[in-house]
Amino acid sequence: MTSPIASAPPRGSGSPATAPLAPPAPLPPFPPPAPRLDPRLPAGPLDTAWQRCREDLPLISPANKRKLRVLVVGSGLAGASAAATLAEQGYRVQLVTYHDSPRRAHSVAAQGGINAAKNYAGDGDSIDRLFRDTLKGGDFRAREAGCHRLAEISGAIIDQCVAQGVPFAREYGGTLANRSFGGALVSRTFYARGQTGQQLLYGAYQALMRQVAAGRVELLTRREMVELICVDGVARGVVCRHGLSGAMETFTAHAVLLASGGYSNVFYLSTNAVKSNVSAIWRAHLQGACFANPCFTQIHPTCIPAGDTWQSKLTLMSESLRNDGRVWLPAQAGDGRPAAAIPEPERDYFLERQYPTYGNMVPRDVASRRARELCLEGRGVGPGGRGVYLDLAEAIRRDGREAIESRYGNLLEMYARITGEDPIASPLRIYPAPHYTMGGLWVDYHLMSTIPGLFVLGEANFSEHGANRLGASALMQGLADGYFIAPATVTAWLAGHPQPQIGADHPACRAAVAAAEVRIAALRPEPARPVGGDGARGRTVTDLHRELGLLMIEVCGISRSAPELRRGLAAVEALRQEFRDGVRVPDHGPGPDEALEKALRLEDFLGLADLMLRDALAREESCGAHFRVEFQTPEGEALRDDAQFAHIAAWEHREGASPTRHSEPLAFTAMAPSQRNYR
Amino acid sequence: MSAAPASATISLTLKVWRQASPGQPGGFESHRLERLSTDLSLLEALDLLNDRLLRAGQRPISFEHDCREGICGSCGFLVNGQAHGPQAATSVCQLYLRRFHDGDTLTLEPWRARALPLVADLAVDRSAFDRIIAAGGYCSVNTGSAPEANAILIGRDQAASAFDTATCIGCAACVASCRNASASLFVAAKLAHLGQLPQGQPERSRRARAMVAQMAAEGFGGCSSHLECEAACPQQISADWISWMRRELRGG
Repeated sequence: MTSPIASAPPRGSGSPATAPLAPPAPLPPFPPPAPRLDPRLPAGPLDTAWQRCREDLPLISPANKRKLRVLVVGSGLAGASAAATLAEQGYRVQLVTYHDSPRRAHSVAAQGGINAAKNYAGDGDSIDRLFRDTLKGGDFRAREAGCHRLAEISGAIIDQCVAQGVPFAREYGGTLANRSFGGALVSRTFYARGQTGQQLLYGAYQALMRQVAAGRVELLTRREMVELICVDGVARGVVCRHGLSGAMETFTAHAVLLASGGYSNVFYLSTNAVKSNVSAIWRAHLQGACFANPCFTQIHPTCIPAGDTWQSKLTLMSESLRNDGRVWLPAQAGDGRPAAAIPEPERDYFLERQYPTYGNMVPRDVASRRARELCLEGRGVGPGGRGVYLDLAEAIRRDGREAIESRYGNLLEMYARITGEDPIASPLRIYPAPHYTMGGLWVDYHLMSTIPGLFVLGEANFSEHGANRLGASALMQGLADGYFIAPATVTAWLAGHPQPQIGADHPACRAAVAAAEVRIAALRPEPARPVGGDGARGRTVTDLHRELGLLMIEVCGISRSAPELRRGLAAVEALRQEFRDGVRVPDHGPGPDEALEKALRLEDFLGLADLMLRDALAREESCGAHFRVEFQTPEGEALRDDAQFAHIAAWEHREGASPTRHSEPLAFTAMAPSQRNYR
Repeated sequence: MSAAPASATISLTLKVWRQASPGQPGGFESHRLERLSTDLSLLEALDLLNDRLLRAGQRPISFEHDCREGICGSCGFLVNGQAHGPQAATSVCQLYLRRFHDGDTLTLEPWRARALPLVADLAVDRSAFDRIIAAGGYCSVNTGSAPEANAILIGRDQAASAFDTATCIGCAACVASCRNASASLFVAAKLAHLGQLPQGQPERSRRARAMVAQMAAEGFGGCSSHLECEAACPQQISADWISWMRRELRGG
């Protein structure tokens, strides 16, 4: 079980410099135990690796499966599909979700589609091509074996979803329809109008409810995980807070699966649902699960910009609009005229000017970066100067208003509803927004974290998207993890590691409950110091979260630099202090307590923000969605450094000390990393 | 398109149903909100009000919400007696203040139906919907046993029609709008989604009987034939599917 650990090189050899940032920490009495960072990659040829791995995994008899309990946290694509499949196999499954129903999970909001290497379009697609596109899309910061497995499984996902009755778009002849998505050269994306995530989630949800009816899954709704329970270093359960009664509940199991989604809401405003949070994986991180590549976060260029202070989220407008829309800004900073009053020569179609070949279709991160730069120069439009125009006028002149309305009908309606503006009469205003997080808990090829018995699925793990995710690949990964990978590897873990049953009275459970109770008590007002009317302490959780978000998007969003990241670290520390000293949430007795839930989530976001900044600072290169201004080519494009950074950064939490950065080297055999160039 | 010009502000009075728990008495509570940007959604105005209540040490208003883009189905309450408010094809998170006039009073109440017991304030318990789905709202196919996807041919229009019914977000506005508190549109939508597809045929009649029986067992009423459900549905699912459901039951 031991494996060599590749730790970051010592300082002074061009290594990431995190040490000066943290206050001097007391040296631990002994070197901290190194986490197990063995990716357990199968040896041998890539294209048969998963098959060979799977065939070697041990099995469990049906009679014994009935005696084993599996706990799943999260009911999105990954969680619901894993819970349903494990229950079908005979395990006793419990599923925890903070929603009132599993069908609410944020997977429901995914619009675009799901990739699969079916080659139905006959345009030369193959497993190998999807594999290479995924690896390249992630800018060579993911494992080859994982990306290949994803491409292999992609076809079976579509088969499974169709069998469940997912109403994918069809051709007139009755076969499945495909489209090209996110700049792919082949048409491999399956879709259900603009609601693919909704339909896939309902497929998984219905499979889950079938197992609930069969008595194999116990549904635990309105519960939020507040602590992980480990016994002798092995994950054995979670502590949840009941959303209505506030009661602490303990759920124990033989394996724990976290499928709790991504952490884009560290930026406060993002395209995520407002309750989406990092707490489940952050609690596991604090108990010893390494957090991989936290700074790899994806920004989507075409979202409706922020307006009022009280705006609660950013809404994504499908990227397909860039097919017909021209992006522009007034050539002069401070030009306050309405778009229609600005004559053609005084408009700057900046993407077309800077990228004559790709024009408005440059990749997401490039489009986002250029828009932000110009807005910082004072040329942005709309509230706060944070917006650029996306103009359909030329397409309307070319194809007619009717054609454009039928092509983008739903999107244009949504835009009009949210902004009150008519996108046919005047250009849309768009701005980049946080959308997806590639980083997450480190997992090995079996999706197990550095805590034995703790598996992490879907967006919550860091796995196959590297430094940037390919469009229409998130749904594919969530379902690959849940339907196919975890059911095989969790079985192998359970077969090889028999665990005794434990109950809620186990000391580890009692300790976890006590820890959660202490944390909540610290957020309640002391009798001598009531909340309200106290000027200095008058800041609410929402206030602090908004401030954290503004800071993070500024220093750790589209572009990052060492001085800004250092400023961010100091500012986050100040916010953490303010949170500890100032945030008190009054207890109004039993019943929903959303203020407390928000406070608990913000506490974890503050810890994560610190780690994201450290990770962004340590990665002294630009790759994928991570752009360090110090590391760019003379043309202003990302400058990668494969000699030093062709690795996964995995951060280990240390109580009372700065986190330690470990690294897992990446090897590329199928293709060599290459520098992107869109000029 | 809108009642107020863009970027304007309005003042509103929110008359909100407050009830800390099902066992306690409830009543309306009025709050005046001044100079709100009309670019805010109604839920964002409630966020603002809750922030103010929290600062004053008072209990914030409970209401369900999450995605805030009309797809998760969490949100929903009555605005001046209408489920999700006055705008058609919209869930309440997508209802923006520019839809209202300066000085308006908005009465906000929870869904009221025996099968959807109150949780607190504007939030109700819709777990009955999950139990109806559990009764048969699925195709019984285990992971790994699926045939090649293109082995099942489904006409484009047939797939599109199944999709239209599959878009139901489970918000329960149909129940709240029905004088019989019937869940007929919810049940019919799921039956029609699966019943229109070849994959749903083997269990078609058993599914219809089981889900309709579960609807009754949960305490939902029968269809009132008022079609208010269709008018309130954010996904604009047609009430014609309720007639289709009745034919399904007779045929089964």
